[in-house]
Amino acid sequence: MSAARRSALQAASSVMQRDLLLAFRRPGEWLQPLAFFALVTTLFPLAMDPEAALLRQLAPAALWVTLLLTSLLALDFLYREDGRDGTLEQYAVSGQSFTALLLAKTVTHWLLTGLPLVLAGPLAAMSLGAPPSAMPGVFFALLLGSISLSLIGSIGAGLTLGLRRGGALLSLLVLPLVMPVLVFGARATALAIAGDEASGALYLLAAMGVLALTLAPLAAAAAVRISLE
Amino acid sequence: MNWVWFHRFGSPPYFYRFAGRWAPWFMGIAVVLLAVGLYGGLVVAPADYFQSDAFRIIYVHVPSAYLSLMTYTWMALAAAIGLIWRIKICHAIAAACAPAGASFTAVSLATGMIWGQPTWGTYWAWDPRIVSQLFVLFFFLGYIALRGAIEDRDRADRASAVLAIVGVINVPIVHFSVDWWRSLHQGPTLMRADGPSMPMSMAWPLLVMIGAYTFYFVAIMLMRARAEVLRRERGGAWLREELARAGAAA
Repeated sequence: MSAARRSALQAASSVMQRDLLLAFRRPGEWLQPLAFFALVTTLFPLAMDPEAALLRQLAPAALWVTLLLTSLLALDFLYREDGRDGTLEQYAVSGQSFTALLLAKTVTHWLLTGLPLVLAGPLAAMSLGAPPSAMPGVFFALLLGSISLSLIGSIGAGLTLGLRRGGALLSLLVLPLVMPVLVFGARATALAIAGDEASGALYLLAAMGVLALTLAPLAAAAAVRISLE
Repeated sequence: MNWVWFHRFGSPPYFYRFAGRWAPWFMGIAVVLLAVGLYGGLVVAPADYFQSDAFRIIYVHVPSAYLSLMTYTWMALAAAIGLIWRIKICHAIAAACAPAGASFTAVSLATGMIWGQPTWGTYWAWDPRIVSQLFVLFFFLGYIALRGAIEDRDRADRASAVLAIVGVINVPIVHFSVDWWRSLHQGPTLMRADGPSMPMSMAWPLLVMIGAYTFYFVAIMLMRARAEVLRRERGGAWLREELARAGAAA
């Protein structure tokens, strides 16, 4: 491995270490989205007739709409603090690949706000009446879907970085972009809950995740760069 | 190849004059084509065997649906050129495309709903083509909202350009993801490899209407981009001369 590449990896991993450390000092950053997710999924049975058959039919929609809203909420934490105190500017002038550093930030952000939801999701699905046999399908759908959500969301977070009315705008920008993830994620979850083969929808989710992983970091880096100027 | 003609468009005074000269022509051609197309579609074309006169709304519906996607493509192309080669005029053109595209998309959705009620028995169906069209509308609205939210013009130009390019990648994905649902909307009838599957007596007014809409779009786009140049270059010496000359002529 060349020296330049090793140093890029080192820089990315130190960004990850820093963000993880900060998150452990400020647990609200990853606990709040998790609490929000748990709370909203319990609102669905309260807002309707909690009949088991009905709930089970609603479970995929409830899970995925809640996941989308939670990831939007969590995106607020992605760049805001570092944009405000100038850390992102330091990254931009550090001579390291800006794309790699921001991707490291997004990966850490997913570890902190996406992964807990992926682990909590099957539990929420069970509380909505999904059978235990559906858990692997639900888990993989949430795993693959939440990766795409974090990556695509990072573009929107970059574009709205530093804007005063960022919140509502962020949802208007990100939700149309992540609509396919919702379609296939809810599809895979519904198939898994019904006891059918969900692999087709899961492969498509995986394909979208790979596409997002290859293209979204470039767009996000461009967006953050523009916002920093 | 000589690219001087292309670079000239990057100069605001040249574009301002060019757009001012050509927009009325495009608008004039659009009005003529619109008159011919509407007469052909509403009077000359025979009534449909199944839908009688209700089908005639396609003469508005199809051109606006077609133009909404074409406008999006133009907008993204202009935005990409503006972002890569830093040509400000292209950003003005992209900004001018967005409201026109949003209107075309809204018109295509509205006319589809008006036609859907008597024909399908419902205003709205969760059908792939309808939903993907709705998402095109959301893309346009998001683009306009992002431009509106950023005060610094240069930053607004470049941020919205990134959004337009990302949106272009997403449009086919949205299209195919919604194709998973059961479809109610008919397949393509006009732009097919084996020729239109509708009789020529019905198809020609439709083609004329698409032409009319295209000319109308170019005219509107030039006018809006011209207004955008006016806003950006206010205080520019060339603009003062230009306006003084226009005032002297009037």
